[in-house]
Amino acid sequence: MSHDHDDHHHPAELTAVERRAAALEALLVEKGIVDPTFIDAMVEAYAHDIGPMNGARVVARAWVDPAYRERLLADGTAAVAELGFAGAEGNLIVVANEDKVHNVVVCTLCSCYPWTVLGLPPTWYKSAPYRSRVVREPRRVLAEMGCDLPDDVDIRVWDSSAEFRYLVLPERPAGTGAFGEDDLAPLVTRDSMIGVARL
Amino acid sequence: MSDFFLSDFATDSVDRSDKNAPGRLQTIEMDGIHDMGGMAGFGPVEVEADEPVFHQPWEGRVFAMAPAAMVAGCFTTPMFRHAIERMDPVHYLTSGYYEHWLTSVATLLVESGRVTRAELESAAGSFPLARPERPLSVVLDGPASHRFVVGDVVRVRDVHPSGHTRCPDYVRGCKGTVARVDPPSSVPDTEAHDLGAVSETAYGVRFEAAELWGEADDVEGSVHIDLHDRYLEPA
Repeated sequence: MSHDHDDHHHPAELTAVERRAAALEALLVEKGIVDPTFIDAMVEAYAHDIGPMNGARVVARAWVDPAYRERLLADGTAAVAELGFAGAEGNLIVVANEDKVHNVVVCTLCSCYPWTVLGLPPTWYKSAPYRSRVVREPRRVLAEMGCDLPDDVDIRVWDSSAEFRYLVLPERPAGTGAFGEDDLAPLVTRDSMIGVARL
Repeated sequence: MSDFFLSDFATDSVDRSDKNAPGRLQTIEMDGIHDMGGMAGFGPVEVEADEPVFHQPWEGRVFAMAPAAMVAGCFTTPMFRHAIERMDPVHYLTSGYYEHWLTSVATLLVESGRVTRAELESAAGSFPLARPERPLSVVLDGPASHRFVVGDVVRVRDVHPSGHTRCPDYVRGCKGTVARVDPPSSVPDTEAHDLGAVSETAYGVRFEAAELWGEADDVEGSVHIDLHDRYLEPA
C-alpha cells in the first residue's frame, strides 16, 4: 500500500480518501438511503464467503463428472446454480482450455468479473497494464505472469463487455486420475480460472 | 505493489484547479481513459502476492456502498460506470480502484440532489467529483429486431459517442464473426444517460487479432467481445 497508510493510525491521521469514504457513508446512512447493516453484510460476504473456492468446486465437479461438464459448457449460469452459486453477476459462460487452446479473460473497459464463482478481482486484473495489453499481446503478458504457452497453442481472449461474465475451465492436471472431487478442488487456482495460469 | 501503481505518472504541472471550467471540458472526448484495450506504454502487470480482498477497511465500505445505493434506486450500473468514465483522466490514472467507485457514487448522489457537495466537503475537506455529463454527440438508432445469426460477418460501426458506450474503441471499424446470439439486454448507452432502458439483442463476436492490430510479428489469436446490435452493421 502507499506510504501514507499506517497500520496504527488514529482518526486524526485518516488519509484523504478514508475521510471521504467515511463522510459519504455517514451521509448515506443519515439520510436513510443506505442501511449500514447491508454494508456490513456485503463486506463480510465478499471478504470471507464468496471467492475462488466456489469456482474451484465447479471446476473439480466438471473434471470428475462428464455430464456436468457438458451442462457447464452449454449453460454456465444454470450449472453453477446447481452447486448453489448464484448472484447478481451470475450470467456465466464457461470456456474450456484444451491441449492446443488457451482462454484468458479481461474487461478492458472496467472490471467485469464472475463474482459469483471467483469473488472480487485482484488489483492486477483491474490495472491499466493488464487491461490495455492482454488483448494486444496476450502471449507476452501471459509469459510475464509466468504462464509460458507453446507456440502452437491458439490463444483466445474474452473481453467481458456486456451481460455475460467468463470463467476458464482449466485442463485437469496430469497424474490426478485417482483423485476425487474433494482432492481436486484445492488444486484449482484463481489464476487458472482467469486464464493467466495453467495447472 | 499497490492500487496506486500509477502515481509515478502524476505530474505537478497539471493544473486541476480549473477542472470545471468550460474550456477544459471541451477537450475531453468520451473515448476516455477507461477505454484501455490496445493502449501501449503501461508496462508490466504488477502482481501482489497473497493480496487481501480489501487492502483497507474503507475499500470494503465503498465496495458495498455502490450496490446499496443502487438497491435504493439512486442510479443504475451504466450510470455508475459512466460516472467513473467521467473522472478527470489524471485523477483516474492516479487513484486506486475503490477511489473510482467512491468518486462515482459521490458524483451521482450530488447530481441527483440527494447529497450536496458542501455536505461532503464540510465532513471530508476537498472531495473531487467526476466531470458533468456532456451532450451526446451521437445517439445510435436501434434496429427493430435482431439482425444477425451465428456465422454472419459484421463490421463494428465507426462511431465515437461523447457519452457512455460498451463498444470499445479498439474494435470500431473492424470486421468480426458472430459466434453467439445472446438474449436481449438493456443497451447501456441509453440507460447511462437516462434515455430509458431499451432491450436489444447482443452478440458474442469473434475478431481475428490481425483485423484489430494489423500486421506485426506478435499478432496472433483472436479476441471475443460482446456487442449490442446497434453497434454493428453487415460487413
